[in-house]
Amino acid sequence: MRSIENQRKIILSEEKTPLIIEAGRTERRYFRDVFRYRELFFFLAWRDILVRYKQTAIGILWALIRPLLTMIVFTFIFGKLAHLPSDGLPYPLLVFTAMLPWQLFASSLSESSNSLIGNANMISKVYFPRLIVPSSAIVVSFVDFLISFSILAGLMLWYHHMPGWRILTLPLFIVIACAASLGAGLWLSALNVRYRDFKYVVPFIVQLGLYISPVGFSSSVVPVKLRLLYSINPMVGVIDGFRWAVLNGKTFLYMPGFCISLAIVLLLCVSGTWYFRKTEKTFADVI
Amino acid sequence: MAPIIHIENISKKYLIGHQSREKYLTLRDRIGNMIGSMGKKRQGRYSEEFWALQDISFEVNQGESVGIIGPNGAGKSTLLKILSRITEPTTGRVTLNGRVASLLEVGTGFHPELTGRENIFLNGAILGMRKADIIKKFDEIVAFSEVEKFLDTPVKRYSSGMYVRLAFAVAAHLEPEILVVDEVLAVGDAQFQKKCLGKMDDVARNHGRTVLFVSHNMQAIQNLCSTGILLKNGKMEKKGNVLQVVSTYLGTTVTQPNSRERRWGSPDTAPGNETIRVHGICIKPDGPGQTQQITMNAGFTIEILFWNMVSDLRLVVNLCLYTVEDTPCLESLSVDEKEWNTKPFSKGLYRSACHIPAYLLNQGTYRVRIFFLNDSPSTLFDFRDAMFFSVEDLDERNLPWYGKFIGVVHPRLQWETEKVRDEADTSINKLHAGG
Repeated sequence: MRSIENQRKIILSEEKTPLIIEAGRTERRYFRDVFRYRELFFFLAWRDILVRYKQTAIGILWALIRPLLTMIVFTFIFGKLAHLPSDGLPYPLLVFTAMLPWQLFASSLSESSNSLIGNANMISKVYFPRLIVPSSAIVVSFVDFLISFSILAGLMLWYHHMPGWRILTLPLFIVIACAASLGAGLWLSALNVRYRDFKYVVPFIVQLGLYISPVGFSSSVVPVKLRLLYSINPMVGVIDGFRWAVLNGKTFLYMPGFCISLAIVLLLCVSGTWYFRKTEKTFADVI
Repeated sequence: MAPIIHIENISKKYLIGHQSREKYLTLRDRIGNMIGSMGKKRQGRYSEEFWALQDISFEVNQGESVGIIGPNGAGKSTLLKILSRITEPTTGRVTLNGRVASLLEVGTGFHPELTGRENIFLNGAILGMRKADIIKKFDEIVAFSEVEKFLDTPVKRYSSGMYVRLAFAVAAHLEPEILVVDEVLAVGDAQFQKKCLGKMDDVARNHGRTVLFVSHNMQAIQNLCSTGILLKNGKMEKKGNVLQVVSTYLGTTVTQPNSRERRWGSPDTAPGNETIRVHGICIKPDGPGQTQQITMNAGFTIEILFWNMVSDLRLVVNLCLYTVEDTPCLESLSVDEKEWNTKPFSKGLYRSACHIPAYLLNQGTYRVRIFFLNDSPSTLFDFRDAMFFSVEDLDERNLPWYGKFIGVVHPRLQWETEKVRDEADTSINKLHAGG
C-alpha cells in the first residue's frame, strides 16, 4: 500500500510540469505516458483474452486444434508426398517447431493490424498512448502460443527427444518473433487506419508467408546461394533459431542469415514506431 | 496563480471530401490523385478546407466550471477533443496545468461480452484510473450505478438504462483536476440525469475541480456553471457570466434575420434523408402583416414544407414544442386531420400546417422539433432543431406587475368571484360555523 502511495506522489509531482498541446509537437513525455498507462495495456490484453473464446463450444481447445491440424497436413504434403529432407528428424517435430513461432507471428500480426480499427470507438473518444493498442493485441496470441507449446512438449516426449542447454535461448527467439510482429503490426495498423486496403493485405501476407517461410520444410533445402536473400524474411531467422534451440544439434543456425533477419526486425520496429508516432495524432480524425 | 487551462489562438482544420463518395480513402484514390495532380493542379476537386475552430483563446482558473454552448456544428466537441488530446490543433497552443479526464461519451470501451464487474475495471483503466483506485472505489461505483444484482451478467444483456448508469458511475468516480464532459447526459431517465448533474455539481463545487461542460440543456448549464462560452461557426462569440452568455445565445438563435422562416432550396442540401427532405419551415402569426411579433394573445401557424421522396408513404407529421430548458410542452400529430389520416402520400412537395391558438403558450422561447413518422410507427426523420421562436407578452393587464407568469402554458381560464356576505369583521367565523 505504501509503495502505491509513494508511486502516486512521484507521478503527481511529475504532473506539476504543465502539459502543452501544440500542432506537430513531439511529446517528450510520450514514453512516460506509455509507462503510466501500462495497466491499460494489461487490461486490454485481459479483455481480449476473456473475449476470445466466449460463446464457443470448445473454447481454448481451438488454440490446440488449429496448429495440430496444420502440422498433420504439412507433414503429409511436404514429408510424405514431396519427400523433402527432414535433417534426420521426425517430420512432425520439424514442422511443429516451425509452426509454433509462425502461428505466434501470424496471429499477432493480424491481431495488431486490426486492433486500431477494432478499437476505433475508444480512439475517437479517449486519450491514451495509441501504441498500447497494437502492442497489447500481441499478448493474446502469446497466450495461444503458450497453450500450443504443450503440444510440442507432447511431441517431444512421444519421439523421445530431449532438449539440451540450447532450449535456454528459446525466449530470445520468442522475443524476436514478437518484435517482428510488433514492428510489422505498427506499420500495418497505422496504415490500416487511413487505407482500408490493408485489411486485405494482411491476410494475404499471412497466407503467403506460411509458404515462403521454412514452416513445412527445413531451410537447408534452400540453395546456399540464395540463403542470404532468403533470410530477408525475418521469420526465417526466428524459425531456424527455434529449431536450433529445440531440436538438439540436428539443425544448425546459419549465422549471416540470422543476423540479416535480426537487422530486418530491428529496422521494422524502429521504423514502425516512427511511422506510428508520426501518424498517431491524426488517427482520431481519419478513423 | 496561473490559470489551469490556457488556450491561445487554437484553430482546427478538417479536409472534407466532395467528389469522392467513398467513406474511406483507398490507395487507389491516393494514386489516382497523385497522377491527376501531376498534369495540373486539381487537388481542390477532392477536398475543401473546413475550419471547425478558428482562433479560440481563453483561460480557465482552477475550480471554475465553464459551460460551452452553441448551435450544432459550432465546434464544441472539437474543442473538447483538442483539450482531451484526442486530436491536435492545426495551429495554436494549449497549456494544461493539471491532469485531464474527458468524458465525451458514456461507456467508451465497454465490451458487450464482459460482465458489469469486468467492464468497471476495463472502462476505469481506459479513462485513466489505476487499478488500485478502481478497487478502492469499486463499492461506491456499484452503489451509484444501482446495478448490484447484475454485476456478473454480461452487459450485452443489460437494458440501455442500466448500461448508461453503470458507465456514468465509473466516469463519475474519476478524480482528475480537470474534467471535460461532452453532452453525455442526454441519455438515461430524468431521475438518473438529475443524479449525474448532482454528482458533477459536487465535483465542481465541493472538490474544487475544474469542469468544462458542453450541453444543450440550458438549465443544466446555468445550474452547474459559473462561466459560459458561446461558440458559433468555430469562433468564440462571447465569454462571461453564464446567465449573460446563455441569454445571448438564445437571443442569437431567435433574432437572426428571417428567423421566422427557414428555407432550403434543393432537395440535395436540405435536411432530411432519402425519404423526406425539408424544404422549409415558417411561423406565421394570425392577422394581417408578416412582420408582427408572436404574442400570447394571438394565435400563429407553424408551417412545414417538405418533399416526400418515395411513393405510397403513409406519413404522419409530428410536431413537438420544447422550452429552451428542454421541458417538453406539447406534441401534436397530423393524424388529427381526418382527410389525410388513411391516405398514402405520393411523391411530391407537401405543406403541413399546425395552428397554435392564442393564450396557449406562455411568454418565452420555444424550440420546434418535427418528426416524420410512418404508420408502423417508426421515425423516418427527426428534425430536432427545426426552429426557435419567442412568444412575447403584450397583454394589457390591469395590474401594476410585468413579470413573467410561471409555467409553460398561460391559458385564459374561467374565473368566477362573487361576494358572499356583507359584514366583514366576523364573516370568517360565521362561514365556518355555518359550514
